[in-house]
Amino acid sequence: MNITLKVWRQKGPNSLGAMETHKMTEVSGDMSFLEMMDVLNDRLVREGKEPFAFDHDCREGICGTCSMFINGEAHGPGRNVTTCQLHMRSFKDGETIHVEPWRSAAFPVIKDLTVDRSSFDRIIQAGGYVSVNTSGDTQDANSIPIPKHDADEAFDSATCIGCGACVATCKNSSAMLFVSAKVSQLSLLPQGKTESSERVLRMVDQMDIEGFGNCTNTGACEVECPKGISLTNIARMNREFLSSTLTSK
Amino acid sequence: MLDSKIPEGPLAEKWSKHKDNIRLVNPANKRHIDIIVVGTGLAGASAAASLAEMGYNVKSLCFQDSPRRAHSIAAQGGINASKNYQNDGDSVYRLFYDTVKGGDYRSREANVHRLAEVSGSIIDQCVAQGVPFAREYGGLLDNRSFGGVQVSRTFYAKGQTGQQLLLGAYSALSRQISKGKVEMLNRHEMMDVVKIDGKARGIIARNLITGEIERHSAHAVVLCTGGYGNAFYLSTNAMGSNASAVWRAHKKGSFFANPCFTQIHPTCIPVSGHYQSKLTLMSESLRNDGRIWVPKSKSDVEAIRNGSKKAIDLKEDERDYYLERRYPAFGNLVPRDVASRAAKERCDAGYGVNKTGQAVYLDFASAFERYGKTEVLTQGIENPTHEQIINLGREVVKSKYGNLFDMYKQITDDNPYETPMMIYPAVHYTMGGLWVDYNLMTTVPGLFAAGEANFSDHGANRLGASALMQGLADGYFVLPYTIGDYLADDIRTGKIPTNSPEFDEAEKQVKDEISALINNNGDTPVDDFHRRLGLIMWNKCGMARNEKHLKEAIVEIQELRKEFYAKVRVSGSADDFNPELEKATRLADFLELGEAMCLDALTRSESCGGHFRDESQTEDGEALRDDENFTFVSAWEYTGAPSEAKLHKEPLVYDNIELKQRSYK
Ligand SMILES: Cc1cc2nc3c(=O)[nH]c(=O)nc-3n(C[C@H](O)[C@H](O)[C@H](O)COP(=O)(O)OP(=O)(O)OC[C@H]3O[C@@H](n4cnc5c(N)ncnc54)[C@H](O)[C@@H]3O)c2cc1C
Ligand code: SF4
Ligand code: FES
Repeated sequence: MNITLKVWRQKGPNSLGAMETHKMTEVSGDMSFLEMMDVLNDRLVREGKEPFAFDHDCREGICGTCSMFINGEAHGPGRNVTTCQLHMRSFKDGETIHVEPWRSAAFPVIKDLTVDRSSFDRIIQAGGYVSVNTSGDTQDANSIPIPKHDADEAFDSATCIGCGACVATCKNSSAMLFVSAKVSQLSLLPQGKTESSERVLRMVDQMDIEGFGNCTNTGACEVECPKGISLTNIARMNREFLSSTLTSK
Repeated sequence: MLDSKIPEGPLAEKWSKHKDNIRLVNPANKRHIDIIVVGTGLAGASAAASLAEMGYNVKSLCFQDSPRRAHSIAAQGGINASKNYQNDGDSVYRLFYDTVKGGDYRSREANVHRLAEVSGSIIDQCVAQGVPFAREYGGLLDNRSFGGVQVSRTFYAKGQTGQQLLLGAYSALSRQISKGKVEMLNRHEMMDVVKIDGKARGIIARNLITGEIERHSAHAVVLCTGGYGNAFYLSTNAMGSNASAVWRAHKKGSFFANPCFTQIHPTCIPVSGHYQSKLTLMSESLRNDGRIWVPKSKSDVEAIRNGSKKAIDLKEDERDYYLERRYPAFGNLVPRDVASRAAKERCDAGYGVNKTGQAVYLDFASAFERYGKTEVLTQGIENPTHEQIINLGREVVKSKYGNLFDMYKQITDDNPYETPMMIYPAVHYTMGGLWVDYNLMTTVPGLFAAGEANFSDHGANRLGASALMQGLADGYFVLPYTIGDYLADDIRTGKIPTNSPEFDEAEKQVKDEISALINNNGDTPVDDFHRRLGLIMWNKCGMARNEKHLKEAIVEIQELRKEFYAKVRVSGSADDFNPELEKATRLADFLELGEAMCLDALTRSESCGGHFRDESQTEDGEALRDDENFTFVSAWEYTGAPSEAKLHKEPLVYDNIELKQRSYK
């Protein structure tokens, strides 16, 4: 296949960026999108130019590192895939592909396609955990049976990879899907239930501090989420939040 | 000279006695002690969280943009623990025994027993943290089986066990960060260890965003930096996984143990093209339900390769389920090294089923049928059609491995619910690593290693679902205690200054090396050299090794290293976010480590576990150990160049287990 790439080039956080055009030939459908980017970078280095900086690590759709906005969609076309799992067979011969970084005030660009998502870490630090010590002197794991249905539901929420596609997709740059997934996971389990009120308040506070926008229920995040995190998480968190503010204030 | 510090006394009491006897640091003094933990995978995140909770001041580093993205996140199948919840006869002793045997009798009894002892607490701990393990309908935890064992002791969370465990450890770490007990440095890469008066007293790190070279001091440094499988370029490891931290430590005096012990995992998606950047694992758990086969006749192989026949066209008696044929007792669940070699044997003999001839089938048809029949009964469906049964069975398989099947389809564009998967072995894990004593300290005082970065528990072959167990055991339950024994001497030391000549020297070296790479007048990208190193390693130090190939490999790697320094082009600048530079410094270390791996493989002329020497095999092609001459750990001391490393031997003593030729027949 032949492909025309238009890729975002931005030297640093405070520089202006622009799209740069590159023609790609002999692209195989079995290549992953990132492998195609590797081929481009290899060529740029050989030509004495600077390659594009982009984030990636596992290339298996699980670490949440890769983060490209492709043809106006977070992680590109296709549902339930991350950028690294996207393959070139999803594109047509002769197509022009636009590649940009996540864009959100809470995710400043570091360079080219790489952004800073440490705001997500700070949200988790605000309360996305169960306050249990790591001594191992807890009770036997089977002493609290958890209905399979609850455990499965908690698991589904827990599969969020923290990639930030939900934020990049949302016109308000809201982090509600990400935050609600963690809140749901922990409040669905007896272990996390005890501190659930405080948790949700602290995490939502931090989310506001970081500059993420409000959720206006457009549902775009659910569509682009590579892990199928559903809007029910947001609904659950809203209930949790409401009852927490009522009891705490 | 090598003192493994294994405590005296009966095996089952060693750890508890040791814990009772080691020196402690009292809480008030812990506040005056700094510890650097490099790495935030299962080992690093759990160690940092636990140490901080105990009261030490912890600095934690990872090269990813968040500690949650450490490579442990990618682990799929599960974690072992001898809980015996299934009441199938499991026990601490059995887990210990399976692990020593699985490792082909090249690990320390005392370490492995300790691992088995603490395994149960890991599960308790994780459940308390909110890790959503799979459960049965009754609400209790579910288990599955992994290779090389005959009990069900593997806890799992679908095909995302590593993710769930790491997020648990990450949450414990986040809690300590929020309390100010851990200072987290994301996007920071450790570039060297700093030694003062023979002790590890800090590190030099590079801030990957600004390129700044930083000094960090501490009373002890813990390396939890993962494995070095990427020496082969293509592996199931994440792209950033690297050996630099352990290799730098090695060059500063830490002995490197068994570098040649590499695990080649039998079930990975085969290579598809020259642009391939990594290989994807299909979890071992699939071998619970998948059957591995190739056609019996070469004409069928031909027909499949040229597309005139499909896998499903072949009848039962036209298929060679070679693992079931060769190893009736364990069948498809033989250990990884055995399964990988058997696949290679069939493919080398010309039975590979894809165009490159390097693939075998992993087939779920029988599982669909078996599960479907059970479902029909439990759902009370009368006179079901065959199709109904298969569809019900597919649903069951989907609930167990759905994400793996999706991943397979995404990568290959083939639907594994309709046609068998095609798989081939790939580099996956490294049993070798920094030599550590029972306290997990390397031969440099104050420098510790935990998780995949050390060599300690898996001998010559790791059993499935045991790496996660070891990482969390080291980080939550071993290191936090054993490190106290060393730090007890440091309660009056006070803060270690970073303006000493030792820090100056280490920083200068790192800066010089970086500027040499950046300013090199070459024309070839880093990856080009990495691919070539990978090919040498795979062809000559891979699934089967021999003297001639290993000797050739050593020379080829030395030449490649020279060429790298002469011709590499590292674009961009040193004072900036520069992934090319990161790759270059990491590759520089792989180019030395690769040679060390070949040298170690050459020296160990026996076969054991994942290390197979053509010269040492039984009549039917199984690995043949040489216990008389090789029942030891090879611990290499760096003396100036990889080829001049000096071999030290730590004898392995088996008081509780009788050494036997491993048999899975
Ligand atoms: C695809 C796959 C599936 C697997 N599935 C299983 C399974 O089902 N069960 C099982 O038991 N095992 C499994 N394993 C093995 C297991 O995942 C690993 O052995 C284990 O997670 C390693 O954990 P770790 O904490 O030692 O290192 P890692 O998780 O690799 O973490 C390394 C850390 O070190 C940091 N680091 C490295 N170098 C530097 C440096 N120079 N400076 C700063 N930071 C650095 C990284 O940022 C990272 O945080 C699997 C492995 C793979 C590849
Ligand atoms: S909710 Fe989905 S899109 Fe958002 S961070 Fe998690 S996985 Fe990514
Ligand atoms: S690189 Fe890990 S999810 Fe894409």
